[in-house]
Amino acid sequence: MNPEIGHYALVLALAVAILQTVLPIWGARTNDAALMRVGPSLALAFCGFVALSFAVLVTAYVSSDFSVLNVVENSHSLKPLLYRITGTWGNHEGSMLLWALVLAIFGATVALFGGNLPARLKANVLGVQGSIGVAFTAFLLLTSNPFTRVIPAPAEGHDLNPVLQDIGLAIHPPLLYLGYVGFSVTFAFAVAALIDGRIDAAWARWVRPWALGAWGFLTLGIAMGSYWAYYELGWGGWWFWDPVENASLMPWLAGTALIHSAVVMEKRDALKVWTVLLAILAFSLSLLGTFLVRSGVLTSVHAFATDPTRGVFILCILVIFIGGSLTLFAARAGSLRQGGIFAPISREGALVLNNLLLTAAAAAVFVGTLYPLALEAVTGEKITVGPPYFNLTVGALMLPVTFAMPFGPLLAWKRGDLAGAAQRLMLAFLLGLLAAGVAAYAQGGGPALTPIGIGLAAFVVLGAVVDIAERAGIGRLPAATAFARFRGLPRAAHGAALAHAGVGICLLGIVAETSWNSETIIGAKVGDRFPVGGYELTLARLEPRTGPNYRELVGVFDISRGGASVGTIESSKRLFTARNMPTTEAGIRTFGFSQLYVSLGDELPGGGLAIRAYWKPLVTLIWIGAIIMALGGVFSLSDRRLRVGAPKPARKAVPAAKPVAAE
Amino acid sequence: MLLWLAISLMTGAAIMAVLWPLRPRVGDGVSDGQADLAVYRDQLAEIDRDRDAGLIGASESEAARTEVARRMLRVAQADAANRIATSSDRRRRLAAAVALVGVPLFAGGLYFALGSPEQGGQPLAARLDARPEQADVAILVRRVEDHLNANPDDGRGYEVIAPIYMRIGRFEDAARAWENAIRLNGSDARRQNGLGEALLAQSGGVVTAEAKAAFLAAQADDPKDPKARYFLGLAAEQDGRPQEAASIWSALAADTPADAPWRPMLDAALARVGAPTSGPSAADVAAAQQMSAEDRNAMVRGMVDRLSQRLAENGDDLDGWLRLMRAWNVLGEGGKARDAAAKARVQFAADTQALGRIDALARELGLGS
Repeated sequence: MNPEIGHYALVLALAVAILQTVLPIWGARTNDAALMRVGPSLALAFCGFVALSFAVLVTAYVSSDFSVLNVVENSHSLKPLLYRITGTWGNHEGSMLLWALVLAIFGATVALFGGNLPARLKANVLGVQGSIGVAFTAFLLLTSNPFTRVIPAPAEGHDLNPVLQDIGLAIHPPLLYLGYVGFSVTFAFAVAALIDGRIDAAWARWVRPWALGAWGFLTLGIAMGSYWAYYELGWGGWWFWDPVENASLMPWLAGTALIHSAVVMEKRDALKVWTVLLAILAFSLSLLGTFLVRSGVLTSVHAFATDPTRGVFILCILVIFIGGSLTLFAARAGSLRQGGIFAPISREGALVLNNLLLTAAAAAVFVGTLYPLALEAVTGEKITVGPPYFNLTVGALMLPVTFAMPFGPLLAWKRGDLAGAAQRLMLAFLLGLLAAGVAAYAQGGGPALTPIGIGLAAFVVLGAVVDIAERAGIGRLPAATAFARFRGLPRAAHGAALAHAGVGICLLGIVAETSWNSETIIGAKVGDRFPVGGYELTLARLEPRTGPNYRELVGVFDISRGGASVGTIESSKRLFTARNMPTTEAGIRTFGFSQLYVSLGDELPGGGLAIRAYWKPLVTLIWIGAIIMALGGVFSLSDRRLRVGAPKPARKAVPAAKPVAAE
Repeated sequence: MLLWLAISLMTGAAIMAVLWPLRPRVGDGVSDGQADLAVYRDQLAEIDRDRDAGLIGASESEAARTEVARRMLRVAQADAANRIATSSDRRRRLAAAVALVGVPLFAGGLYFALGSPEQGGQPLAARLDARPEQADVAILVRRVEDHLNANPDDGRGYEVIAPIYMRIGRFEDAARAWENAIRLNGSDARRQNGLGEALLAQSGGVVTAEAKAAFLAAQADDPKDPKARYFLGLAAEQDGRPQEAASIWSALAADTPADAPWRPMLDAALARVGAPTSGPSAADVAAAQQMSAEDRNAMVRGMVDRLSQRLAENGDDLDGWLRLMRAWNVLGEGGKARDAAAKARVQFAADTQALGRIDALARELGLGS
């Protein structure tokens, strides 16, 4: 297909987005039904044009159309088809187009399924979505045009960065963008509410599923990115507190707070203003993440200063959207009606605590990520804020969150009974204590934090079980009744328990891996044996192989345990010919939830290879936990009931704890 | 043609996306409050369902009902009458006009500023399948390259591709191709001249030691070869030996027929070193003669200064830096040549291959590294 069709479609998308910003909001201001109706059809047209544009670019990649500069710079005709397709978004321009596409799809979804939304709310939401569309299509066309042509066309491209030639690129960025951009919908709802100065009943119903969906995708995206870095970079680490990772963690923390406060809002009509603010924050942090990764400011503050076109453009987008929405918030938040009231010890109170701690954690990550950049920009001094800072601050904030987590669901709405909840959690607590004891005994000394972490993880998982068991009445009621109740529980309750258990499982993986992993770094020749964490590895042979666009040296290792062979593991070093760039492909073998991880290093002067081998106990639980969390989100998302939180009626005789206003 | 059709259709679709929903419709004028009340009614029904299923107790369901009822009352009070949506013909017409005029103007204007409508798509497979006389140069080169990658000892292939590399400005590749042709097919005047010219083009017109060696080899093969003799004269001139240059060129002129295509160039060269030209003096010869040595020098310096300025603005041009080092050296400005070398090293600090070439040239020019 002619690339110019994609180019024109993108230009039209900008034109349509401008109309989508102006007409529906104008209609909402003047109460004009016809103008408000234009919103959905324009959102669909925007989606159609961006999708067409994206399809044209993918076609150009698949057919190796080297008259398109972006294809020349990031593709190669010998690349396997999958990587020619994924290469479309493996670069700046293409990934921004993917961003715009995800935005357009979400806008179209609101347009299509928003039939039951009040007309004004829908018009304002689509208008705000349109303005985000304007910003990103203009950014694409003016600073990052993926359809720039080169005539005469070269006969071969420069190939994609080999690190990106991996299935991870097919999955990670789209998931991450689904998460980032999903928050644009909650943002649009928040700003729409502020523009109109009122929050409709339908507002919370709509914000909760969008927040949940975005959060679920972001969870999976972050987990996927972490696993990708784990096996592709060859260092055996799964989280580096790298600014790029932090950029995705910040919206995740804010989004986690948002899905919880949205529950309070939907069920109890409280915490409205706070939910609106969180919705704004979550998307602002998504935008900030995009800015950090896409402006080049991370690579070098100076490189950013010498070619600032893109960076300044994104910075303007940031200032307009974040500054604008916060200003609107400051001006209008007062006019939003306050919601229901509740006592400090209540389900709402627990969720407020969760919100405060999560936002504080997001703030800690924010400071740690941006402070070095700001310092370098102002004074030129280069500092790094490393894992110790993040482990201390985020860890210190996440510990109370996880400890309080099992209590929340056991408290009643409006006014809760902390002692009762603690009593019901006693079994879980004792078992957690037991797990901690066993861990301490097995470890025999070592840091005290490890048994505490193991115990906490067990407590959280068991707490989730207790929550479900309590609701179903398991142990109190006959088995058949309890099972019927278990099945009849709202899926949202199952979802919450599942997501909480996922946190515990993830925590278990993190603690086990960081405390008990063992590492062997050795120079080995063919035939050499060396031990790694209870296993013995033998370098059986080294063999060169040729891939479609790379050559590789593969090390084949025999694994044995106690003299018995338990299989082989292959690890390789690849050299991609077009860019003359090497990559490592770590060899990973999973035993239960633990993994054996082997990565090849450089050849040694005396013959043989440098080899790094790790034993990583329970490491897969980190990602399995994240997947379970996302699964919990899916469960909760599938709960399309209207969800009214049944409050515990105040007892007339006993004066209840004095209720406080929600905001 | 197809592109214009697609563009018109897409523009039409965008306009219709505005015009279609602007049609007046029955049912305009429903209050938003109705939507809120509908939600609340559904909530009441759900509370009843939950109570009947035994998921919440009677007292809790009663409390929840009370809450929902409170919310319903608020909606009913707040916007019973004043939020009925209307629609005005004036606004509708304005919006339609904006779509009809604004969309084509804006999109067309922006596209003409950014796009290249005259260029069609060029998928690689189609380009490779095109008949040779229709294929573009890049594809022809790629075909020969693919062939040479598969048969690296095909000397004839290198000879075919080398002049094409010269024409499309890939001088390094041309030099490498000539070297391969010499390696495989043996040295002769034509191949050595080709190599020499490629090296010359690479260094921006300066006869380097390598280039000179190639021309000497060509002359050894054919002592009468005019190209080699001309460039050897140029080498002598650039090395600061105009007398020697004059004698080489004069001898060449004696062997050159008056209608040889390179005759004017040769005459100009002779005029430059102040030797008598035998042929009819061309206009450019006169111009060169009129130019004083100082002027010539100033002209050369101007060119070198421009090069230096260009590199200061955009340093990502290794060949440019090498040319600049040579040029300063030829002009006798060793300090500036060293300075250029230092800047080039900073520019290419991360590129070991480039650093190697910079150091090699610095050694060759005696700049110290």
